[in-house]
Amino acid sequence: MTQRQPLGPPRLVWQKAAVEAVTPETYRVKTFTLRPQEWRPFRPGQHFDVRLTAPDGYQAQRSYSIASEPERTGTFDLTVELVDGGEVSPFFFNVVQMGDEIEVRGPIGGPFTWTVLDGGPVLLIAGGSGIVPIMSMLRHRTAMMVKQGGAPPPPALLLYSSRSSEDIIYRGELDLMASGDGSFQLFNTLTRHQPSGWKDYARRLDRHMVADCIGRLGTPRLTFICGPTGFVEAAAEAAVEAGAAPASVRTERFGPSGS
Amino acid sequence: MVTRGFMGRKRSDAQGRIPPGQYLETGFPVLSAGPTQRSPLDRWTFSLEDRNGRPFASWNWEQFMALPQTDITTDIHCVTKWSKLDTQWKGVTVDDILKAAGIAEPPDAYLMAFCEGGYTTNLPLRDLVNGKGMVAHEFAGDPLTAEHGGPARLLVPHLYFWKSAKWVRGLRFMPEDQPGFWEAYGYHMYGDPWKEQRYTND
Repeated sequence: MTQRQPLGPPRLVWQKAAVEAVTPETYRVKTFTLRPQEWRPFRPGQHFDVRLTAPDGYQAQRSYSIASEPERTGTFDLTVELVDGGEVSPFFFNVVQMGDEIEVRGPIGGPFTWTVLDGGPVLLIAGGSGIVPIMSMLRHRTAMMVKQGGAPPPPALLLYSSRSSEDIIYRGELDLMASGDGSFQLFNTLTRHQPSGWKDYARRLDRHMVADCIGRLGTPRLTFICGPTGFVEAAAEAAVEAGAAPASVRTERFGPSGS
Repeated sequence: MVTRGFMGRKRSDAQGRIPPGQYLETGFPVLSAGPTQRSPLDRWTFSLEDRNGRPFASWNWEQFMALPQTDITTDIHCVTKWSKLDTQWKGVTVDDILKAAGIAEPPDAYLMAFCEGGYTTNLPLRDLVNGKGMVAHEFAGDPLTAEHGGPARLLVPHLYFWKSAKWVRGLRFMPEDQPGFWEAYGYHMYGDPWKEQRYTND
């Protein structure tokens, strides 16, 4: 008996991935470089599901965004923030080490993806670990620029909100990107503590900040916003108010809303 | 495959109500692909349409509120892995919507829910009738907030929550099952959380 095959891609299967490296990013964020049995191309912004199994068969699953660029084949990076009282992130943060094997499946995710072929200007707004899928887009953008011999990629602007300077993930790499690429603008805002001499924004994201960024970038062709719920709500509303077409604003949220 | 060093959280008493791969959430996370849609009630309508988009019936907010109202308490399961137990909703069941539209014999076996902002999701008719689906406008005794899909969202709690379309504005009959927004991006056409139908062909 033959079954009618539904349309769409083949089933995403669980596969083992070897942990090749564990890299601390901040005091509560680590990056895990994974080598899956079968590496598949992905779009920047996509995520993988991970599945952990306890000795009694209990399983926990979570989704983590890919941080690396698809031009680097064979492995991919997941960046994980320690969530206090969490079940999976403390395991990653405190237990997982080089040589371990983790079950993964992916890549998955559609609207929250971008490649240089989608064009620009592209406005990127990240809150906390919401930077991770956006970092994949930026790394891809840089990799394509190198590949194309320095031809300018679509203009991009990142507005990145962190609590304090110690919380900025990928800080050195982002600063380097901004200094070496005239078509990429980087703005940080620090919401709780600012080091002395801090010259960037020093408050929670608001409509003036977003309008200011859109003024510097030009009306974005696409906007990607990732962060905690309240942050994403505020940023998406501000972007639309400042002239971004609602259908061009893509969001990804994490964390409970508290309601 | 047992994961080295993973013990997991203390197993909860509610474990029998949590589908595989899900965890218990006590907050109410917000997930949507774009900005929160806001529909003023005086411009809100809900339509039931045939396969060609011709309305069988359409209601404004006042008329919709005058339809029979049903309360349900149910568990909900989001494909992003959280489940929330004993959520309380008020709304109009799809049974009552069909009845009010005068449809005794539904013309097609599938429906596409369509929403403010362009979101769509596909459902078999049998998963919406016999008390299984409603258009909900109250959560826990209060009007449903915009970020959670207000003024009204579809509620089909036995399927993953992306099927419970936020900001729903109508249902359109379809002769065949066609993918909606997330389904076209690789999410499962049906989405049964107990069978872990997260992605295409799971």
